Amino acid sequence: MVTAEQVWDALAEVPDPEIPVISIVDLGVVRDVRVEDGRVHVEFTPTFLGCPALEVMRSQMAEKITELGAEPEVEVIQDDSWSTDRITPEGREKLRQAGFAPPAPREAGQTTLVQLQSNGFRCPYCGSRDTALENIFGPTPCRSLRYCRSCRQPFEQFKTI
Amino acid sequence: MTERAQLLLEIADDELILGWRDSEWTGIAPLLEEDVAFSSIAQNEIGHARALYELAARELGTTADELAFDRQPEEYRCCSLVELRLPEWERTIARHVLYEQADAERLERLKASDDAELAGLAAKIDREEIYHRLHAEMWHERLKGEPRYQAALEELRPLVDARDGHSDELEPLWEEMTSVRRSQPAGTRW
Repeated sequence: MVTAEQVWDALAEVPDPEIPVISIVDLGVVRDVRVEDGRVHVEFTPTFLGCPALEVMRSQMAEKITELGAEPEVEVIQDDSWSTDRITPEGREKLRQAGFAPPAPREAGQTTLVQLQSNGFRCPYCGSRDTALENIFGPTPCRSLRYCRSCRQPFEQFKTI
Repeated sequence: MTERAQLLLEIADDELILGWRDSEWTGIAPLLEEDVAFSSIAQNEIGHARALYELAARELGTTADELAFDRQPEEYRCCSLVELRLPEWERTIARHVLYEQADAERLERLKASDDAELAGLAAKIDREEIYHRLHAEMWHERLKGEPRYQAALEELRPLVDARDGHSDELEPLWEEMTSVRRSQPAGTRW
């Protein structure tokens, strides 16, 4: 009989398809795991509703659960109960090491243009705050583009959601 | 159809059609940054449309794809503003500013709704729309002194609430948007 703990461990091996250095558990998007009569029910939130990685994540989770000998049920939760604050401290560190600046906390207030254009964001490479906004949008919906004036390196900033 | 389903379709249609129009800038925007921005905004809008169609589909006993692509053009409930093909940058920015403003007001109302499912989804959508609004604000600041931009705002403002009938531009877009699906028999598994 599979336990919820085994399922969490197995899901911790599923990488984010777009940023494979971090797992979907580190990302905090797996919300709940319940095991009932050999069926595993997983609640899961997309980072962005239009995230193209959604289906890939869903099928990779289902595959991991099937490997454990259980029947997967993956439910997608589409409300505001996930935020980038749920990325684990380990997850934030992995992002930083891979050159992605982790998101600012939600409590810093609703993001404003003045804030994005200020130097409140730290370069993940050299740690300098002398960074500039290049583009609110980036290669995926969850990232912005910034430039570090100190080490002259462009980098990607995780949006606060 | 219930009022709820009608409202869901109205918003979903706005977001789907606008997503298609925004995606027309992919590869041809005046700045590379804007290629990325409008492509990303389009992707978000179509993601919102999908989530809203899914809610409506559950109520109507159908699927999101059928609602998005298998209706006739006259059945869409979007406003005329989103239907127009606007290959002039100042008109695209004017639409962006006007739409984001109206959408923000609509989302505020939905977030306060007693319908927990709808309020929850509206809150999720609103988090993403913050970035669209910041982008619109940035361009508004940059262009507000330009007479061509001001004229575009005046021209397009009445279309925000225009939902009686459609502009002539919806049908050609619908043809394009649904052509692949219509080329196969109904019920084809993609």
